[in-house]
Formats: sequence, C-alpha cells, structure tokens
Amino acid sequence: MRIRVNPNLCQGHNRCFSLAPELFEVDDFGLATAANDGQVPAGMEDEAQLCIDNCPEFAITKVDD
Amino acid sequence: MTNTSKNENGCPVHDWATDYDVMDEGYTRDPGPVWKDLRQKCPIAHSTRWGGSWMPTRYADIQKIAGMVPTFSSRSITVIPPDPELREELIAELKAYGTENPPITADPPEHNAFKRLILPFFSPRAVAGYTAMTEQICKGLLDELEGRDTADAAAEYAQQIPPRVIAYILGIDIARAAEFTQWTQELLELGQTDPELRRSARAKIRAFFYEQIEDRKKNPGDDVISKLLEAEVEGEKLTDHTVAGMCNLLLVAGIDTTWSSIGSALYHFSTHPEDRERVVAEPDLLPTAVEEVLRYYSPVTMARKVTEEVSMHGAEMKPGDKLLMTFPAANRDPDVFEQPEEFVIDRQQNRHIAFGTGIHRCAGSNLARMELLVGLRLWFERFPEFSLVSEEGVTWAGGQVRGPRNVPVKLGA
Repeated sequence: MRIRVNPNLCQGHNRCFSLAPELFEVDDFGLATAANDGQVPAGMEDEAQLCIDNCPEFAITKVDD
Repeated sequence: MTNTSKNENGCPVHDWATDYDVMDEGYTRDPGPVWKDLRQKCPIAHSTRWGGSWMPTRYADIQKIAGMVPTFSSRSITVIPPDPELREELIAELKAYGTENPPITADPPEHNAFKRLILPFFSPRAVAGYTAMTEQICKGLLDELEGRDTADAAAEYAQQIPPRVIAYILGIDIARAAEFTQWTQELLELGQTDPELRRSARAKIRAFFYEQIEDRKKNPGDDVISKLLEAEVEGEKLTDHTVAGMCNLLLVAGIDTTWSSIGSALYHFSTHPEDRERVVAEPDLLPTAVEEVLRYYSPVTMARKVTEEVSMHGAEMKPGDKLLMTFPAANRDPDVFEQPEEFVIDRQQNRHIAFGTGIHRCAGSNLARMELLVGLRLWFERFPEFSLVSEEGVTWAGGQVRGPRNVPVKLGA
C-alpha cells in the first residue's frame, strides 16, 4: 500500500502524525509528507486508512503504483 | 444600533432560518437541534440581529467557503461586530498599519508569510517541549483541590491552564495569568455585549505588549516576542503595531478557546459515567476521546467579510455582509459523521473541523490538543470519580466561543 500527502492541501492539522507517527514526517511548519516514500509497512494498512479517514483537508490518498 | 441585552432586542426567535440569535441562551446551551433543522430546511440561514449575518451549517459548504479566499475575507473575523466607535478605530488602524492581528486577519497574498512566522512555535516538536511545563501547571492546580469534597472543574481547573501555558510560551509573567484571563474575557466574551469593555480591554492588551516590546528591544532574548521583532516579511521588519497585534492574537487565541474544550470535556465526563469509567480504565483511549470532545463540543465559530456577490443555496450574499464560519455545526453534519448527534467516545472516523479548515487552520491546534490531553489525563489520575453537582450550576458562554463558565463537581464517589 502506498499513500501520498497532497502538499497543496495539507494545512498541518497533524491528525495523521498523531495517529501513526511512523508513517509521516512533519516539518517545522507542521506540514506532513508520507515517510518512506509513502510505502506503508506490512501490517500498518489499517492505521494508514485511519489517517486517510481523519484528515480534515482530504489531503491523504492511496496511490496506485 | 446598540447591543445592550443578551438576547438582542429582547424579542424571542420565532424563525431560526431568517432571524437566528447566536447569543440566545437556549441556543448557547444546546445548539444541535437548531443546526439539524437548518441544515435541511435552510442551509445558509440569515439574520439581521447583531449587525446581520449569514450562517451555513453544512460541512461541505463551510469547507467550500473556507477555500474561497478572499471572496470571504478575514479582515473582520469576530462573530459580534464592534460598535461604531471601535469600528472607526479599526478602519483607521487598518489604513495606517495594515492587517490588525496577522495571520488571523490577513488574506492572501500577505497571509502566508505571517502564518509561517508563528507556525514553528506550535509544531509537534515545539509543543512536545512545552509538555513538562504544562504537567507542572496541572499538578499544581490539582494539589489545590486535594482533600476537597467539591470543586469547579471549569473555574478552578480548565480556565487556569491555558493562560499560564501561553504566558510561559510568550515569555511573559505567568504570575499575571489572572490579569491575562480577565483581559481575554473582557475582550472576547463580555465585550461582545459591552462595547466599552471591549475597547478598554483591547487598549490594555496593546499597552501591555508595547511595554514588552520596549523591554525586548533593550534586552533581546530567545523568546517569541524577540523573534517577532527580528522577523522580516517581504524583506522588511514588522512595525511595533503589527508585532503587538500578533502578540495580542497569540495571547488571546488560545485562552478561552482551549479552556472551553477542557471545561466541556470535564462537563461531559461528569455527566456521562460510562464514558468516564471507560476512559479511566483505558487511558490509551484518551486521544480518540479528545477528538470526539472537539467534534461534539466544538467551541469556536469564526466569521468572514463577504467581498463579492455570492449566490449559494438561495442565499444572495452581498459585499460587506458578515458570514459565520459555524465549524461546530459542520461537525454534526450527517453527511460526514455517523450518528452525529451522539457522543461516541471511540469514534474512529472523525475528520472534524473544530480547528477550522483551509489556510486559517488554527496555528495552535497541537498546543490545544496537548493541553487537553495533559489536563484530562492528570485530572483522571487524581480524580477518577467525579460527578456534576447540578445542571443549574452550569452556564454557558456563547457567541464566538462556546464553553461552560462553571462545572461544579462532587469529587470522589
């Protein structure tokens, strides 16, 4: 599973980082990018989906490889 | 038109779609049913009260409006408008100095640079650094309640935390927390219906920060105020007026907002024993529970100034109109949330917009969450059992920020 944070939509709510800190990197301005090039480690798919479902900006999406 | 009574004009509201009253006591105590009705019947309601405004209640509409910048401008963001005298002052200052309290009052293109100046103070990393101090503050407050039979969870706990935390962050005297609280209440809560109080509180806060600015110029440090004095926007240093305006924002923005959510949380757990018992038994549930508190008891409503003609769901909005950003209503939209009128303590899908949405997302949201988590965790550890003494003892502040003024609880079983 691969995910992506749309940098034009991310507003730094940090819901994703709170729910699954392993899956995201957050800069000094609170803006998130998907860690590990968006590659979701096996077994963390549910957490990744939770992050997608909780972003108020709908900024996180699944990426088809 | 002077706004001297709590329920403007003294006339009851008969039709919330055309004549809503955001300061109505019943609405403040329980706004859910009004929004539920309006969402279906009149998704962008209108009223001539309190200077006139539009009120959207649907999540999708509020998100859309938040993105329509600067059609919906942030140059005026208060729910209750200033009286004519203050309005003249604000217009004059806007002409002389530019945006009053950036970034909250700024539109693009200037908004972004101001927002980036303050975001680092509230990043997850920065906020993690304030946690120990917040724990200390909460422990001290709880020590004062030790051995008591009853306490006011709002006045003696929730309301005591945020002013001290922000004072620490801003590098201003924590011992003056009660004064900062008073100014904030006068400016933002009581000042909504008392124009003189609003004006005098604003003057006091400004004067205080001008003093602080003079001090930092003589003794620069590593603190927020010193950093703002050194900052540049488009290659230019900020005027003292702008730095004072930004400090004003940073001071007041996180005080009654945060205490309203902590107070609402303690109100909820004092009246819902199953939820209280569950969160005490499962401390890992607290972050999820906090998001549900934020959704269900969402304290903040913002406002915008309409700058172009906009037609939406039959509402014909004109330049100069005020529109309310009713985030709390969006957070109960059945199109987005299952069982929206129910507090579901372990709600998994919860993309609420209690902190707003779009470019004006609350810069302090990580700090607010940390205060909620620490404040509640330490309270539950000290007082796992508590219950509301009486509903009659609870009154709700309303308008821009909704939260309980008092939450009288019995401590212990």
